[in-house]
Amino acid sequence: MPASRFNGFTEYGIGVGLRAPHYGHILGTKPGVDWFEIISENYMVDGGRPLAMLDQILEHYKVVQHGVSMYFGSTDPLNREHLKRLKSLVRRTKTPWLTDHLCWGSVDGRYTHDLLPMPYTMEAAKVAARKIRQAQDFLEVPVAVENVSSYAEFHISEMTEWEFLNEVVERADCGILLDVNNIYVSSRNHGFDPHVYLNAVPAERVAQIHLAGHSKFEKYILDTHDHPVVAAVWKLYEHATGRFGPTATLLEWDDRIPSFDEVHAEALKARKFQGNQLAGAA
Amino acid sequence: MSGKPGLREIQHRFAAAVMSPLNPEGRIRRNAAAVREAKGLVNGSGGLGSLERLEIYSRSYWFRLLESLGEDFPGTIAILGWKDFATLALAYLKECPSASFTLRDLGSRLEEWLRRHPKFAGTNQLLTLDMVQLEWAHIVAFDGAKSATLEAQDLAGLNAGTKFALHPCMSLLELHYPVDELRISVNASPEGAATASNVALEKKHRLRTGQMAGRLKRSKPKPIFVAVHRVDLNVFYRRLEQEEFRLLQALRKGQPVGRAIEAAFDGSAVPATEVPALLQTWFARWAQLGWLCRR
Repeated sequence: MPASRFNGFTEYGIGVGLRAPHYGHILGTKPGVDWFEIISENYMVDGGRPLAMLDQILEHYKVVQHGVSMYFGSTDPLNREHLKRLKSLVRRTKTPWLTDHLCWGSVDGRYTHDLLPMPYTMEAAKVAARKIRQAQDFLEVPVAVENVSSYAEFHISEMTEWEFLNEVVERADCGILLDVNNIYVSSRNHGFDPHVYLNAVPAERVAQIHLAGHSKFEKYILDTHDHPVVAAVWKLYEHATGRFGPTATLLEWDDRIPSFDEVHAEALKARKFQGNQLAGAA
Repeated sequence: MSGKPGLREIQHRFAAAVMSPLNPEGRIRRNAAAVREAKGLVNGSGGLGSLERLEIYSRSYWFRLLESLGEDFPGTIAILGWKDFATLALAYLKECPSASFTLRDLGSRLEEWLRRHPKFAGTNQLLTLDMVQLEWAHIVAFDGAKSATLEAQDLAGLNAGTKFALHPCMSLLELHYPVDELRISVNASPEGAATASNVALEKKHRLRTGQMAGRLKRSKPKPIFVAVHRVDLNVFYRRLEQEEFRLLQALRKGQPVGRAIEAAFDGSAVPATEVPALLQTWFARWAQLGWLCRR
């Protein structure tokens, strides 16, 4: 969506995920990129090359932080050390908004380092919403939560994934990082219509959109971030921006990473789909 | 009370299923209890049963952690070969699952664990343990905090009672094998590789097929003293004289310079007449390398 309180009143355009193999190219050629998304945990260190590279990137580009281990949905309390390091990084990057996933991944302090699916229950919604509020209050920056790809649904779920997402973001009063590829992957793995999901998302809360590629297996689709975006996901993106308006969009490419130019060119295709929608709407 | 399990119970059960070790074929274990638990937790539909759905997460968990540990310990893989390294890593991760939000810390307990379980260290246990120590020290040096260090001119007032701290991300290692050279040779790029990406693939291939393991296992023992440290964002392994190592160790323990020097040269073959010049060289070098900090 356009500037709102959920994305720090910014209009960021099309960004690319910052990945270490591209440092040299980016710093050497300074390509014109609207913004970079960083994985927060990669820079929540005490010093050395990661932070030095980040500081050089920050001299030339806008950066938004994206986390993978806050685990709002875990019954474990928020990790104070994690939050302190994250806040220190927020001050460094001046990220206008910050994202992490609506998922869980730790139990009793043991980390799976995965984005595990939530049971869609009212109890889980309350737990996640409370922790998102706590994080938002501590970090003093708008937080948006991302829908994850999933491969399993719990028997105890009491609502659909999109109803659960709405319940959480309303209770937490936070934004949404809508991953269109994740909606597609989950729709194929669980047999629902992705358009129903998209149409249920509260447009005014969408702070950012994620795009990525995935891998097809015989019985399921895996969110691998190692391919270009497929046509079906571009169509969903077109539908999404039709509802939300031009939205800060980010392409993720995390495995078998090609050249920076190839990744950037794939990301910039988003303009075409946003443009089509706008032309059609005019 | 509805009798439905709560969030905490569901997460415990799901995590237990996901973090349960895979079978030797890298698949989730398919016994009756596992099938029953999977069916009790998640739906099976669309040609994908409950256990198969859990298996996606379980394989992802184990392979992600194994991959991460492998990236941090390429020298250890080179010594053991991929198969034995994977056996070691899976046993380690089963007993020491990640307790940190970052995968960076995954190998922090590997040395301590390996000392308690030497059967996983291969035929040359000292060599493997040396490499594990060096590789963890490499991680510590790579992204450790930058500290305010002393310059050469700060040493002007140095006396026997002066105490120093050493840079926290610098590690001092006493090793049985020249694993610093081995680790560098593991990292060396094959000649003629066309791109960085190909270099990485080639290196991975050589490690995983055990092409280097035989040569490394035949390494000759040679006691060495090494400082693993960082200069200008790059990690280096610097060989030390035994006395230099002992002096740095004593300083790190908080001993004043005078006592540390005595400890360092106790029983040393270095002629007393040469000691002052050596000390001058060492302190100047340490200051230049940013190893000395105010205590």
